[in-house]
Amino acid sequence: MQKMRVRNHQVVLNRSVGGDTGIFVFLAIMGVFMFLPMYYVVIQSFKPLDELWVFPPRFYVVKPTLGNFGDLFYLLSDSWVPFSRYIFNTVLITAAGTFGNIFFSSLAAYALSKIPFPGRKGTFKIIQNSLMFTSTVTSIANFLTLSALGLLDNPLSIIIPAWGGATGLYLMKQFMDSSIQDSTLESARLDGCSELKTFWTIAMPMVKPGWITLIIYSFQGLWQAGASIYIYSEQWKTLNYAISQITAGGVARMGASAAATVLMMIVPIVVFVISQSNVIQTMGTSGMKD
Amino acid sequence: MEENNKKSPLRRLPASEFDKIYAVYCDESASPGGVNHDGTPRKAVARKDMTMAQWTIKEMKRNKVAYFMIFPFMFVFVLFTLFPVLLSFILSFTSFNMLEISWDMFIGIDNYTRLFFEDDIFLQACKNTLVFAVVIGPVSYILSFLVAWFINELAPKLRAIITLIFYAPSISGGAYTIWSALFSDDAYGFVNGIMLDLGMIDTPVLWFHDEQYAMTLCIVVALWQSLGTAFLSFIGGLQTLDKNQFEAAAIDGVKNRWQELWYVTLPQMKNHLMFGAVMSITGAFGFGGVVTQLCGFPSVNYSCHTIMHCIDDYGNQRWEVGYASSIAFVLFLIMIGANLLVRKLISKVGK
Repeated sequence: MQKMRVRNHQVVLNRSVGGDTGIFVFLAIMGVFMFLPMYYVVIQSFKPLDELWVFPPRFYVVKPTLGNFGDLFYLLSDSWVPFSRYIFNTVLITAAGTFGNIFFSSLAAYALSKIPFPGRKGTFKIIQNSLMFTSTVTSIANFLTLSALGLLDNPLSIIIPAWGGATGLYLMKQFMDSSIQDSTLESARLDGCSELKTFWTIAMPMVKPGWITLIIYSFQGLWQAGASIYIYSEQWKTLNYAISQITAGGVARMGASAAATVLMMIVPIVVFVISQSNVIQTMGTSGMKD
Repeated sequence: MEENNKKSPLRRLPASEFDKIYAVYCDESASPGGVNHDGTPRKAVARKDMTMAQWTIKEMKRNKVAYFMIFPFMFVFVLFTLFPVLLSFILSFTSFNMLEISWDMFIGIDNYTRLFFEDDIFLQACKNTLVFAVVIGPVSYILSFLVAWFINELAPKLRAIITLIFYAPSISGGAYTIWSALFSDDAYGFVNGIMLDLGMIDTPVLWFHDEQYAMTLCIVVALWQSLGTAFLSFIGGLQTLDKNQFEAAAIDGVKNRWQELWYVTLPQMKNHLMFGAVMSITGAFGFGGVVTQLCGFPSVNYSCHTIMHCIDDYGNQRWEVGYASSIAFVLFLIMIGANLLVRKLISKVGK
């Protein structure tokens, strides 16, 4: 009985000191490996010009400045189309894509999870199996489809495909399976609630962590949508594309490109920090049954 | 029957009841109704008054709202995810070319023979893709699980912070470009700078543009940003484990955390392991965008050229869509094959 102790009213195994130390060392090394590049880019973005060119490079900043961010905006304002246009494009694509993805995925996930229609198992199996290949496989054929539909060089070529994202639907369906009781829905139906109304007023509020997770997923993908092969005119290019042009400027723009990287990564990270507990809760039900 | 159903306030069968009846019709298992207390199979109630086809049509009508609900999603999903696979398969037997469209394009399996017997760059890309996938896939998978498992018992606040540190690289988009600054070709690159200063090298190393180092460095960057969806899935899954089983195992004589992992944790985590594997494999085979950014396109002497780059090269630069489609279809088969193989392996966990 020496090897056990009681924690939170549960008997648990005692952990060996050696094991704990090993785990700590492992996590520390991995953590440094993960964190250092992120730290370095933030430090770079605050370095004044003379510190950027110090040899050998430093891992700290002596006189932090916002000059690099100023340079970035100066460079961007000098671009061919106004900088605000890139922001508008990215916000438009991200917002429209994310909204459609969440609405249509939730609608379909609800039907697949809670309405016993013939064919639902097969349908879900196909969607689940489609997680096994990436957009690399479909990109060539999609180019032809989009060109046949006349959607090339149009933000819709990024927005519409996002509405059919399988990962989002998969996560939502698994979460609905486990967090909405059939009996709750049945009592609503008994009260004469239509299926659409049940979905919107009863099911959706119950799966809030689910759609918050979907927002994160959709947002991350679309925010980073860069130089898409489906869009070629400058007026529809995204923020990510504009920034990659600056980064491509090489050493001469080292400070500005670090500032750009920081600006681009700060948004998804903040969004994740706010919603982390919801995401983890949804992920608890993400298991794939055979 | 129709009349009765319309009057009844309970328009819909509960999903579980539906599945039981459906199973009887399909003869899916010997005892679809479950098992009685004494172990005998419980008989589910199949409808005696109609055939399966009649019953299916009736259920379809009764639940027709469901078809409207899945329609928008399914339309886009089929158009942009399923149809492309079919289209690639068909086009792969043609010499379809965006620049010259003719009617005698059907060339049989010529594209495939060209791929496997004539195209040295494709074979090189296949080899690279396999090396990337075989290293990145399993390592990122095991890393994701180990880190998730190690932080599982920490205090929630601390766990949230560590989760963020490990997950951030995979969501911060273009942040991996910092690696090209760290390993830049000139003396102002961080690593070159330090090594020159310490006298370890005389001239700057061309890191990402040197065959010797490019692939290793790409793998490092890939691993750096590989703690993604699978990682979150493992963290979430570990939170939902049944605590009583750990208690029972501790009393039953499980000696240390590794035994606990193997006998208690992993069997309960099977579904999450499956989902994580699919995410890791797909990610590992789809790896390539990072290479384009860090090593250029094509990478020096094709040392990091992947199947993804081949598709891009033939499809979007040379417009040989037929040939590119055959490459895409091969990649599709490789991904599905790898997934099925790994799922088979995982289904053995804890047995």
